[in-house]
Amino acid sequence: MMDLFLSVLAALNEFSTTSSPIDFMLILRHGGLFLEGLINSFTLVALSFTLAALFALPMAVLKWGRVPVAMHAVSAFVYIFRGTPLLVQAYLIYYGLAQFDDLRDSIAWTVLKDPWWCVLIALTINSTAYQVEIYRGGLEAVPHGEIEATKAIGLGKLAALRHIIIPSALRRCFPMTGNEMIFLLHGSAIASTLTITDILGAGRQLNSEFYLAYEGFLAATLIYMTVIISLTKFLNFIEKGIMGHIQLTSPTPNVLP
Amino acid sequence: MNDLLNYLPLLLRGTGTTLMLGVGGLVLSLFLGMIGAWGKLGRSPIGRRLADFYTTGIRSVPDLCWLLLFYFGAQNLLNKIGTMTELWDGVQIPPFASGILTIGIVFGAYMTETFRGAFQSIPKGQFEAASAIGMTEFQSFRLITLPQLLGYALPSLGVNWMVLIKTTALVSIIGLQDVVFYGLSAGRVTRKPFLFFIALMGIYLLLTSASNVVLRKLERRYTVGRRIGQS
Repeated sequence: MMDLFLSVLAALNEFSTTSSPIDFMLILRHGGLFLEGLINSFTLVALSFTLAALFALPMAVLKWGRVPVAMHAVSAFVYIFRGTPLLVQAYLIYYGLAQFDDLRDSIAWTVLKDPWWCVLIALTINSTAYQVEIYRGGLEAVPHGEIEATKAIGLGKLAALRHIIIPSALRRCFPMTGNEMIFLLHGSAIASTLTITDILGAGRQLNSEFYLAYEGFLAATLIYMTVIISLTKFLNFIEKGIMGHIQLTSPTPNVLP
Repeated sequence: MNDLLNYLPLLLRGTGTTLMLGVGGLVLSLFLGMIGAWGKLGRSPIGRRLADFYTTGIRSVPDLCWLLLFYFGAQNLLNKIGTMTELWDGVQIPPFASGILTIGIVFGAYMTETFRGAFQSIPKGQFEAASAIGMTEFQSFRLITLPQLLGYALPSLGVNWMVLIKTTALVSIIGLQDVVFYGLSAGRVTRKPFLFFIALMGIYLLLTSASNVVLRKLERRYTVGRRIGQS
């Protein structure tokens, strides 16, 4: 039995290295590299998405509530970081900040010289800008009656926001939030250009190590497909669960994806 | 400041490349999007399958990954076929062509959804009316659907264009001399990378803001009928 298995394996290996156009055994043998990439991509996206949500929600409330000055500052932030490519933002942080000698001598440099942190910061800033608009859209979609009801039962402004308005808004913009998570995963691929072993980075590393042209990229493509399609299915499943009671008309997509 | 002025001509040349890539990619993506939407809404189940496969497949992988796969992979594949059939050897796909192809194919998937949505926004009654007065299917497409399609598609088309022009920044990674490429090298030479990346952000902001203004104007123009009808 064992012999048979081994000979099949040997035949597969032989086929893979000689006649098959793609050496898939080589990819399988470097499964560990791709696992590392998967973990890196996942960590980057999960962390930056959460951090961005924490920053974006208060900013969205400021903009939605038309708080003077703060609202314009938020708008300017959103305008700048949604209107420029993520790649340039990441370069600005990773290469650009090195221009300042004072910064290079400070403690902050221990973080800023590390490409991983730079990518995390860039992804967080970028996603914050997009999430502000998403949450603002959600807040604006809360029916006026719900807000009046909070006043009628004598809730204070903060309590109303915390218990009624924000939960209602978050539920309403859930589909857009899910979209943003997927776009963030797309964006995280730029980490590979700053030498990080994310999913795409693992592919690049495999290619350069064995002088391959596309095997590594092909493997990365398949991994991204699997991850993103499963994530989409999962998000749709949750959406059905939390939206059952509202007739969902997704907020008008004038928010950039 | 002087450094910026010295490198301004190069940055402008790069911006030209960026715009050419963007417009080239846009044209290709509009074309593919129309075909995709036709497949999705058509009667043929095979066409629908293919179109679904195209949009889901493309949209579930980052653009950078497609770019690298097409650029390095397609070249290698072509050369392998070349040596096997002995028809050609050592073909080079220029990075510019790879860039436009990748951007066009990737955004074609997004445009497919745009056009599908736009087609479906046109009230059904209009097609019924068209066939009731004896128009053929093609006539109804040409005279009823097409003139209204742009108006319905524009908002989402505009969003896609904004994402597209920002995505062109990625082509600097395969060595294309777009605005990011020149900004990066100017920053390296002058040892003022921060200055040049800020300049790059300014250039992209100009491009996206200008696009916004044009899109608003177009939108106003192509929805005249609907706006009068509503008021």
